Amino acid sequence: MKLDTNTINKIAKLARISLSKEEANDLLKDMNSILDWVEQLNEVNTDSVEPLANISSSTLPQRKDESKDINSSEEILKNSPDKLEGYFAVPKVVE
Amino acid sequence: MSNFVKGNKYEWEIVIGLEIHAQVKSNSKLFSNSSTAFGSNPNSQVSLVDAAMPGMLPVINSYCIEQAIKTGIGLKAKINNYSVFDRKNYFYADLPQGYQISQYKYPIVGEGKVSIDFKDGSSKDIRIVRLHLEQDAGKSLHDQNPTKTYVDLNRSGVALMEIVSEPDIRSADEAGLYINKIRSILMYLDTCDGNMQEGSLRADVNISVRKPGEDFGTRCEIKNLNSIKFIKQAINYEAKRQIEILEEGGTIQQNTLLFNTNSGKTKPMRSKEEAHDYRYFPDPDLLPLEIDQKIIDKLVKSIPELPDERKRKYAEEFNLSNYDASVLTADKSVSDYFDSVIKSDKALIDSAKIVANWITTELFSLLKEKNIEISNSPISSEYLGKLIKLIKENIISGKIAKDVLIEMFESKEEPQIIIEKKGLRQVSDTSEIENIVDEVLHENQKMVEQYLSGKDKLLGFFVGQCMKKSKGKANPKILNDILKLKLSKKN
Repeated sequence: MKLDTNTINKIAKLARISLSKEEANDLLKDMNSILDWVEQLNEVNTDSVEPLANISSSTLPQRKDESKDINSSEEILKNSPDKLEGYFAVPKVVE
Repeated sequence: MSNFVKGNKYEWEIVIGLEIHAQVKSNSKLFSNSSTAFGSNPNSQVSLVDAAMPGMLPVINSYCIEQAIKTGIGLKAKINNYSVFDRKNYFYADLPQGYQISQYKYPIVGEGKVSIDFKDGSSKDIRIVRLHLEQDAGKSLHDQNPTKTYVDLNRSGVALMEIVSEPDIRSADEAGLYINKIRSILMYLDTCDGNMQEGSLRADVNISVRKPGEDFGTRCEIKNLNSIKFIKQAINYEAKRQIEILEEGGTIQQNTLLFNTNSGKTKPMRSKEEAHDYRYFPDPDLLPLEIDQKIIDKLVKSIPELPDERKRKYAEEFNLSNYDASVLTADKSVSDYFDSVIKSDKALIDSAKIVANWITTELFSLLKEKNIEISNSPISSEYLGKLIKLIKENIISGKIAKDVLIEMFESKEEPQIIIEKKGLRQVSDTSEIENIVDEVLHENQKMVEQYLSGKDKLLGFFVGQCMKKSKGKANPKILNDILKLKLSKKN
């Protein structure tokens, strides 16, 4: 599998990263060499193997349905560059 | 019943599939222990997990898993012992993580079905594709400021169940019935509070049109509708729009639409170039969810009686029609109230139809006028039972009972007390009624002559006059009998 510049630019756009032409070209080279390396795995026949997302043998830890009153407003908004009456204020999102 | 709609040139069939987002009823969020309470101060229920602070890890709420399984059982669906949480990636101001934790390839619940009931007594199955668990996003306020959007993250991370139907729905009415049925099942199961105003139940509508018998057309998706009225309006508008385009020789562009509740129109939400590419992948922070069959078996036993079962019971035990039974059972609190009226007195079991009528007409109109839920009804089920028994025993007439009901609604007093206090007890004493009839006939001799010469309709006039004299208290049956007897003697 080979990536082209369009795919690089699309990925950059989805990740909201702005790339110069040179950066896109550098990344194209890097990512293609990573893909080449990963493609060695194609030498193994995996037809009857389910995809493995996690190698841990433990099971998903669960918690009880208990809520904690945290009154988080002040702490949560502390780093916000702009806020109003307990809300985050962000540039208008127009749909 | 045909659901086809007429365009200018052809007949069309509307094809609809729904994605319902139901907020799981739980104390804390899906992956954090902050509260899910509605209406709190903005951003007061946002843990570091919900705000996606670096290094925070999600830990799943076991009760939310149970709630999803119970809902799956209620939808007669397959519960999957193995399911996986995936990241659905997109950027939005009210999504701090930059992704929503959802389930993609392996949902917790698989195929199921629900049945919807029509007025004519028939019913239809709508197939369910799947139900999966996911996180809700925060809330954005766009209309408070011309240049800013305000964000409240209290809802961020609250557990949702997304219930996806097959495209089995064929009209706006069927869509309404389907959502009502899902809402009813969720409320019986107590897995969602069903409050559409507060956004606990929202729907995305997938809609296309086709000529009957042809393949599915290109569909559009209308996002985030939160009332049945708007869902129906949006479907009817969108179907008409698509039919007009097709009849003019155009093609439908697959699109995501928003419904403007003021204009009643749909409009595209995003242009196609920016179509979402969610890049789902398994969340590395969460292991697969494996559910022991024993837990599922235990939950199966905990499932309460659901609306369809109650409906069947009402039809069999109380001889109610399918339609009456479905009206009573749609809302669990109405059905519970009905049950407790019947249970309040054994004598009421064979008067179930009368009890049903008093609840769905008289009591409903009083509650609606004052905007009170039946669970908070000022008239207790026991007192309504007593009132109906008084009618059955001929102590008051149905007409007087309506006034007593209003009085009960205001004073919360027992019907007997109101009747005694106001002297409303029905007069069944024949001599008293005879006196009234004699007076009325004496005062209206001309009418009596007309009646005797063949004007039968005047009987109603005499009944009315006698009732008026008795202040509505005369037992109507006894009054009628005496009146007829006395008139026949004059002949």
